[in-house]
Amino acid sequence: MNILVYLIPISLLLGGVGLLGFIYTIRSNQYDDPEGDSRRILSDEWDDHPKP
Amino acid sequence: MADVARAPVSACPACSAAPAAEALAERRAAVRDARITLSLPTIHCSACISKVERALNAHPGVRDARVNLTLKRAQVDAEPHVTAQELIATLDAIGYEAHELDPGTIAATQTDKAGRDLLMRLAVAGFAAMNVMLLSISVWSGAEGPTRDMFHWISAAITLPTIAFSGQPFYRSAWAALRHGQLNMDVPITLAIVLAVVTSLWETSLSGEHAYFDAALALTFFLLAGRYLDHRTRAIARSAAEELAALEVPRAFVIRDGDEVQVPVAELAVGDIVAVRPGGRMPVDGEIVEGTSELDRSLLTGETVPVFAGPGQAISAGEVNLTGPLRVRATAVGSDTSLHRMADLVAVAESGRSRYTSLADRAAKLYAPGVHILSALSFVGWFLYTWDVRTALNIAAAVLIITCPCALGLAVPAVTTAASGRLFKRGMLIKHSTALERLAAVDTVVLDKTGTLTEGTPELTNLGDHARTDLEVALALAEASSHPLARALTQAVREAGIAPAEVTGVTEMPGYGTSGRWQGREVRLGRASWVGAAQGATQTAAWLSVAGEAPRAFTFTDRLRPGAEEAVQALTEAGKRVILISGDSSAAVEALARRLGIDHWLAEALPEDKLARVEQLAQEGRYVLMVGDGLNDTAALAAAHVSISPASALDAARVASDIVLLGGDLSPVAQALDTARSAIRRIRENFRIATVYNIVAVPLAVAGLATPLIAALAMSASSITVSLNALRLR
Repeated sequence: MNILVYLIPISLLLGGVGLLGFIYTIRSNQYDDPEGDSRRILSDEWDDHPKP
Repeated sequence: MADVARAPVSACPACSAAPAAEALAERRAAVRDARITLSLPTIHCSACISKVERALNAHPGVRDARVNLTLKRAQVDAEPHVTAQELIATLDAIGYEAHELDPGTIAATQTDKAGRDLLMRLAVAGFAAMNVMLLSISVWSGAEGPTRDMFHWISAAITLPTIAFSGQPFYRSAWAALRHGQLNMDVPITLAIVLAVVTSLWETSLSGEHAYFDAALALTFFLLAGRYLDHRTRAIARSAAEELAALEVPRAFVIRDGDEVQVPVAELAVGDIVAVRPGGRMPVDGEIVEGTSELDRSLLTGETVPVFAGPGQAISAGEVNLTGPLRVRATAVGSDTSLHRMADLVAVAESGRSRYTSLADRAAKLYAPGVHILSALSFVGWFLYTWDVRTALNIAAAVLIITCPCALGLAVPAVTTAASGRLFKRGMLIKHSTALERLAAVDTVVLDKTGTLTEGTPELTNLGDHARTDLEVALALAEASSHPLARALTQAVREAGIAPAEVTGVTEMPGYGTSGRWQGREVRLGRASWVGAAQGATQTAAWLSVAGEAPRAFTFTDRLRPGAEEAVQALTEAGKRVILISGDSSAAVEALARRLGIDHWLAEALPEDKLARVEQLAQEGRYVLMVGDGLNDTAALAAAHVSISPASALDAARVASDIVLLGGDLSPVAQALDTARSAIRRIRENFRIATVYNIVAVPLAVAGLATPLIAALAMSASSITVSLNALRLR
């Protein structure tokens, strides 16, 4: 059972990384235009260089 | 339940309105020259996005443009000299329809802070609930001794900060209710969460067997999910309603030093001379100083016949100038205008509406004290039986957790989300949170005439009565004018395949009509008095006179709104009492009532009469649905049990009504009543399902047999059944 000493912190850490990622997406307005974003990714307009 | 939280007994509507007005003023100041927002109703694809953005970015002076496809809007960051009109023209050139949105009104929907905040709390609660649930499963499957204690301590370490962060909306609303000496759904929720965490901590410190950390977190998670759903439904409706309001950018043309200057309506002052172009709406109350024209007052009074306007005449804000340019000296601006005086009537009428308690509130009123008493009784009972505070407290906590309104918290929002989404697809916007419930109770429908059952645009009725030459002359004269009657005449005659006669020297006399010369004779088309006809008919008419001949009348009726007949028919068939109330003349109202088969009608009604009639119906115990669009309907809209206004209605009427009809079609009204009724049926079913779970689980809890496992099962199972039941809504 000693393995729990490693496994529990690791699982919490990984979950926490996911949570932080989600909070980051909320904070950077990534849910403001879900429809538009899903189409923008298909456009080849800024494929060569990022939008200035 | 979520409603309980957000609507803390507003005794005076003005109290909550005042801060909103301040916030609006602040936003207006902040966005003065920063950004232009355009509404793009026709964009739909990825090619549209890049085309629009490329066109806007290529426009000189534009720094950055970004399209939001979900909201169908474009945000443009541009230098101050760039105007929205230029950009609209640019987009028009590449084939996209665009409208300017008032940035002050629309700013509220840009960043939905409250929604983001709830989503964040929901995410944290969900994360913590998953982890604690995993730890709990090992405890339930037989972890013992130090392992169990360790799991409990880790759970506690995750739970405490999460509960402190995610549960805040409940604590705040519970505190607000308690401070006013009231109970709402959030009081038992808060008590259950706090009690569960405290007893679990105590148990854990004594190496006990039962800890309810997972239950406290699951409770928070499910309830936040309900609250988030509820918030989203309302945010979508609010955003669409704000877009409607923002489409009317309040600007006026003021004469300063001989020039016309465009200023926001808010900056107008008494004594300013305001220029109002044909087709424009009066921004102020005032007196005409220059020009003659005709005024359309249908939105204010329900009259369909345009009124003559000349110098010296008083006008009120909201009237539409039809034919000639006018200059008006402002006598009252902003909130002093007659448009806003109506607000008093509305405020009085609204105080009646706030007495309505939603289903959720009624459930909470029964539920909250019951839960507390039950939990307290089991504590006292077990304490007297065992003289052990720990056991008694444990059981009291179990009772609170099991009875806690997880499913109840989802019962209403899940159904209203589904129903509002369905109605939105049919073109109805549910603005008020309890509108669906109130709609379901409706048994009487009061309809306004002008602008609601009819479109407010005239239609020629006696085309066949006229000689071809008369029609040719009339067409030639009518084409020179932009008056609604002239345009209706032009359209009807053109459709009959008739070409205009050769009339020379056609001039428009604003407020009177058009005149010209035909075969050497003077011809006139216009008001009865001007062409020399006796004003006898009560019908809307334009008269044609050819010198030396008797004047001939072209009569008009108001065109029916599409779906009006179907709506009235469906409502009558559904056994509703349909009543027509209008400010228009008896003849016009009676004709329409006959045509639609409405037995009860009331004509020449003042706004007060409409209000009185609606209130009288309410006193007779009827639940009235008011459908109206004009300023004269506003008070009645606010007084009715529930109200609908079309999107073309005046801003004030849209604000006063609970539901806005987005399309021009009236037929969804009858369907909406059905949807509302089935939604309420689902809500009641959901309450029943939740009650059944409680009836099964509560005796176990009171008997002290409930384990954290049973609590978790009951809670999740009831929440999931309730959500699935909501999705069955058709």
